[in-house]
Amino acid sequence: MKKIWLNPRVLASLLLVLNAAAVMAQPGQSEFAPVNELTAAEQLPAAPLVIAAYAFVWLAFLFYVWTTWRKVGKVEAEIGALSAQLAKRRP
Amino acid sequence: MRKAFVPLLGAAGFIFLTAPIIIARAPFESTMGLVQKIFYFHMPPAMLMLLSAIFCGLVSGAYLVTRRPVLDWTAYAAAELTVLYGSIALVTGPLWARKAWGVWWQWDARLTMSLLMWMIFVAYLLLRRYGGNGSETLAAGLALFGMATSPFVYLSVNLWRTVHPLTSVVPTLPVDFAFPLWYAFTGFLLMYLALMTLRVTLERQRAALDQLFLESDE
Amino acid sequence: MTAFWRVVWIVVRKDLAIEARSRELLNTTVFFALSCVIIFAVSFVREKPLGDAAAGILWVAIAFAGTLALGRTFERERYADTLRALLLAPSERPAIYVGKLIGILSLLAATEIVLVPLVALLFQAGLFSHPLLMGALLIFGTIGFASVGTLFAAMLARARSRDVLLPILLYPVTIPVMIAGVKGTSALLDATPQLQMAGMWILLLVCFDVVFLTLSLWTFDPLMTE
Repeated sequence: MKKIWLNPRVLASLLLVLNAAAVMAQPGQSEFAPVNELTAAEQLPAAPLVIAAYAFVWLAFLFYVWTTWRKVGKVEAEIGALSAQLAKRRP
Repeated sequence: MRKAFVPLLGAAGFIFLTAPIIIARAPFESTMGLVQKIFYFHMPPAMLMLLSAIFCGLVSGAYLVTRRPVLDWTAYAAAELTVLYGSIALVTGPLWARKAWGVWWQWDARLTMSLLMWMIFVAYLLLRRYGGNGSETLAAGLALFGMATSPFVYLSVNLWRTVHPLTSVVPTLPVDFAFPLWYAFTGFLLMYLALMTLRVTLERQRAALDQLFLESDE
Repeated sequence: MTAFWRVVWIVVRKDLAIEARSRELLNTTVFFALSCVIIFAVSFVREKPLGDAAAGILWVAIAFAGTLALGRTFERERYADTLRALLLAPSERPAIYVGKLIGILSLLAATEIVLVPLVALLFQAGLFSHPLLMGALLIFGTIGFASVGTLFAAMLARARSRDVLLPILLYPVTIPVMIAGVKGTSALLDATPQLQMAGMWILLLVCFDVVFLTLSLWTFDPLMTE
């Protein structure tokens, strides 16, 4: 039983758990200091920013779905072609 | 599993189409006004990036132990989605920050750690693409380190004085703000599941194609 | 358990013996670190050296030199195919990892012994004013960097594009260690040295070291298995 405790991996893992406990026990910072003073010159219109954010989400998803769908199509076409070839070779 | 893609995509699409209406009807936040509405499209992807990183790490760990291909495919898909959702969070965040904080970016703990987590998973994708044979195993190792950064990303706002809002904000939201948030979150989550099924299908078909190539060589 | 440390010692002794003969890694790594610092000195020193520059430059030089040393160490193993021989040996694999790690740490320690006085001189930075804290920062920071670096360099030793993939994989994971090192060093170099701040960064480095070492010890075996 003693041998297990001396195993470096086990020792390291134990240290890790103690580590995590120590981190979790930290008192967090109590105040969030918001940056509130913005001069009048910094008054940006918010609407373009909000619209840009929403538009980016849509574009990102569309881009990903489209590229992945195309790749799936290509691979499936190759599978079809190869299967047909194989079927011809050995009927 | 492939069959689930279209319904999931449809459900997610429905939520994204209706979300702007619900979000527009949510009350304005007192100090930030209209720009705060980006929150509903910033917090869910950020949270899902974190969860996706953890998921990728867990699946990668399982792959290292069992070596089952489906786990590897899922890990690859999860890594790609981590990068995708991370990109969304890292773009919508600065758009909000420009108005709310006056700067596009700040090197505080939360933002820096999030960017680093995103970079770790971009490195994962580069490794898978250019690492040659055996890169599935190596990438799985990297994913474990990526997962290890997630507690640091989440707790960074609580442990350091940062300009980013604390983790205590979301659990204490009033209902008028919470409902649109979780509605949007559901949309992003359904989208995540839909994209996951599509991406795993791609890997499964690629493996089937490789198998066919091997057979055709015999 | 003593078998574990015996294997570690064998690996360390082997590497030190090889290095003692040619001193190739030592000389090239130290000289590379020197060149890095000189490039920075030329770029950042005007009539008066930039106050904060020293902290960042020191750690960047350590990171770059470290990456080079890691690549070269495992290139040597790969070239002679001794890596496979090591892995085939009937010993606990994490022992090989620890042995390699100690070798890298020794190399980086020798590099830092040259680097720290040089940076202190070229940038007129008081790096020796709080030697114990500075030493702790260097020790725990280097362990953090090297622990991940040894694992990644070993696992990439047989991969394609390994030279460029090592920094791509290593830097995002170890940048938190670098940040802690730089911030800790900056705290010591401040006009009014903030010793408590530096202590906090040292504690954070210890946290990172524990996480990285534990992960590396557990994953070394599965990652080196083909």
